[in-house]
Amino acid sequence: MNSIVLIPLLPLLSAAVLILSTGKMPRTVASLMGAGSIGLSALCVALLASSFLADGEIRELTLWTWMSIGDFSPRIAFYIDGLTIVMMSVITGIGFLIHLYSIEFMWDDESLCRYFAYMNLFVAAMLLLVMADNLLLLYLGWEGVGLCSYLLVGFWYRDPDNGAAARKAFIVTRIGDTAMALGLFLLLTELGTLDIQPLMVAANTQWQTGDTLPVLATALLLGGAVGKSAQLPLHTWLPDAMAGPTPVSALIHAATMVTAGVYLIARTYGLFLLAPATLEAVAWIGLATLLIAAFAALAQNDIKRILAYSTISQIGYMFLALGVGAFASGIFHLVTHAFFKALLFLAAGAVIHCLHHEHNIFRMGGLRSRLPVVFASFVIGSAALAALPFTSGFYSKDAILLAAWSLQDIGPWLWAGGLLGALLTGIYSFRLVFIVFFGEARTEPDRQPGWKMAGPLILLCVLSIVGGWIALPLAGVFPAAESHPVNHSVEWISIGVPLLGLLLAYLMFLGGQISVDKLLSAPMARRLVDFWFSGWRFDQLYDLLWVKPYKAIAHWWRNEPVDALYNGIVAASQWGHRRLLILQNGELRWYATIMVLGLVLLLAVMLRNAP
Amino acid sequence: MIVVLFYIAAVIALAATVAALTRTNATHALIYLIVSLLAVAVMFFLMGAPFAAALEVVIYAGAIMVLFVFVIMMLNLGAAGEARERQWLAGRSWFVPGSMAALLLLEMLLVLGDAHGVTSGTAVSPKVVGMTLFGPYLLAVEIASMLLLSGLVGAYHLGRRFIVRRGDH
Amino acid sequence: MDGLMVPMEHVLVVAGLLFTCGLFGLMLRRNIIFMLMSLEVMLNSAALAFVTAGAHWAQADGQVMFMLILTVAAAEVAVGLGLVLQIQRRFKTLDMDRANRLRG
Repeated sequence: MNSIVLIPLLPLLSAAVLILSTGKMPRTVASLMGAGSIGLSALCVALLASSFLADGEIRELTLWTWMSIGDFSPRIAFYIDGLTIVMMSVITGIGFLIHLYSIEFMWDDESLCRYFAYMNLFVAAMLLLVMADNLLLLYLGWEGVGLCSYLLVGFWYRDPDNGAAARKAFIVTRIGDTAMALGLFLLLTELGTLDIQPLMVAANTQWQTGDTLPVLATALLLGGAVGKSAQLPLHTWLPDAMAGPTPVSALIHAATMVTAGVYLIARTYGLFLLAPATLEAVAWIGLATLLIAAFAALAQNDIKRILAYSTISQIGYMFLALGVGAFASGIFHLVTHAFFKALLFLAAGAVIHCLHHEHNIFRMGGLRSRLPVVFASFVIGSAALAALPFTSGFYSKDAILLAAWSLQDIGPWLWAGGLLGALLTGIYSFRLVFIVFFGEARTEPDRQPGWKMAGPLILLCVLSIVGGWIALPLAGVFPAAESHPVNHSVEWISIGVPLLGLLLAYLMFLGGQISVDKLLSAPMARRLVDFWFSGWRFDQLYDLLWVKPYKAIAHWWRNEPVDALYNGIVAASQWGHRRLLILQNGELRWYATIMVLGLVLLLAVMLRNAP
Repeated sequence: MIVVLFYIAAVIALAATVAALTRTNATHALIYLIVSLLAVAVMFFLMGAPFAAALEVVIYAGAIMVLFVFVIMMLNLGAAGEARERQWLAGRSWFVPGSMAALLLLEMLLVLGDAHGVTSGTAVSPKVVGMTLFGPYLLAVEIASMLLLSGLVGAYHLGRRFIVRRGDH
Repeated sequence: MDGLMVPMEHVLVVAGLLFTCGLFGLMLRRNIIFMLMSLEVMLNSAALAFVTAGAHWAQADGQVMFMLILTVAAAEVAVGLGLVLQIQRRFKTLDMDRANRLRG
């Protein structure tokens, strides 16, 4: 037994205790347990990471055999390499900061205990997901985080809208999960194992690059990743998932769970390399998602929805990176994104917290001087999000764009699309900053964030800035990317575009040199913005395509037409029973007479047939 | 002559049966039924089955009909029953069955008085019947014994004063 | 072969007539005592037919069957009369049309 086991075990135990206390635990104890268990877990991860950095050894730990069915015996086993270390550090580190923040944010909530129970359970499941040695255990964690996401999105379940959002998140991701489960079945039947490392070896020996099977298997895995990471076409749940408490959005729907899809693809990159078609699809899905989400983010006015769309967009970048084969860059962006998006969400949560749960950015404003810590956090977070130079987001996004540029044939197109996305990112992130923190105040904050909120914000600020200089221990995990000498002009362009976005945002939303109202006065523009505001009408489209037909069918089947046949038989026999009941009159003589009649009839038949 | 005697017995049997089943008074009916059974016994005798005839008289006309009489008597207790008893002794009610029975007696005497002791057919002796019964029909005998046992148990159960069931007051 | 002086058909006709009498009695009488008597008549007629056949072919089987019928009649009467007593106590009548609690 070593400290590796403690890492997922501590949050799990804490969750169990919190759940079993049925909410009767005092607030102080509950929050101490909730945040403390993650803190201890983070400490264990830190120790593990330092020893890993010292010796670079991959650690494998088998606890027990989960089940044994024929040749298939998945184990409860952990596989810890550089990628896992990175993910674990992000999960426990940022998770701890968010838990700490939650203590203050959720202090007045009546079900604080339940909140921490779900959050701890989530962290445990997420750790299981990234530490899993085989895909089945990974799938357990995968579904565990899905469950916690459902529970936390619908945390304030008394409002039916929140329940609907939770169901939507659950069902939409379930579509992807089904595909993933099918993918696992396919891998198991074809390759005979689900252990990730042997699986990739087996795939490399049994399959040729570009075969149908790897393409099919990876496409199914991609389905799971797309659902979990809110990519096109299964991205519609994430904006609605903002119904949950803001720290939940920061932890689950920005930093960790939604990036599980990226992790999955990176973890099974060996399979994806065998399927260039799927990999290209990953890139195109990433590009389409990042653009669509960026446009949608431009038009939102709910502070959390803007961040939700930007999350979708940034995960699109990660998919783009994976699609062009720059796995390490994708994971790098995952990490930096976890820093700055958690920061942005927490800062947004602080704004909401201090502004009587106001979500609409047009009712905020002028908060620069009133909430200085939050303002600083937001500026740094937005700068990193927009990939302004020398912030963490700059390094990671730049790496992605350069990797896209280096790709043959489609590379420049992907690069151009990514640049357009970067421009839009600059506009919408600073639109948010300018509208919320500048201008005149429309709502006065009634409190200031305390140290439990400010502390994590400041720490994340630092991480968002210096995160780009952290060397991730990913050497040896992924195949070394070929480094092409890149034209310097390309680099200058990718540095300049976010700045251009910042400039445009300044001109439109702060300086007033470009009048937004004039831009919107054109009827086409107004309609376009409405279109973006509704998230490209994906919800309506799915409603039309799936929900309505499903409901119609359900409505039709509600009367159970198949059962009509059986009910008819029942009714007929009941009718016959009532008709025949008059024969059963309890009179002995009547029965005797009937018997005699029958006998006579029989005799008649026999006599007739007699020779 | 035996043939004639047979037809007379047959007519008596039919007439007594019809009379038995058309009576309103159970006791009268019973007397006619006994006459009918006696007539059938005479027919058995005439057909060369004296053993069967004897059993018919002893068990049917004797034991079984006595059961009927017992039950009818149990059902008609009291003063009203006694008054009816007196009425039954009036001549008309016993004349017809009495004369029928007398006729049958006469027939029997005639046949028994006949030197040959003939019957209308080949006699099947009781010995043969017994050997058949306890030979090939052994299983049937067993079944019949079980039937009688179950009849005994059933009669014992049903003959109790009153069987209390749920739902009875 | 024929051990009978009387044609067998005649005896069988008598048996049939007796059976029919019993049948009609069973169907027409409402008093359970008379219904039981009708049953006796019917059994008796069957016995007559058996004995006749036995005499006709000079076989003992006819009389064997007669004895079996006798046991059936005895058992039936014992149970039947027990039922009569119960019915009389329960319904205070022997009219079987009124003892129809088994009606559906």
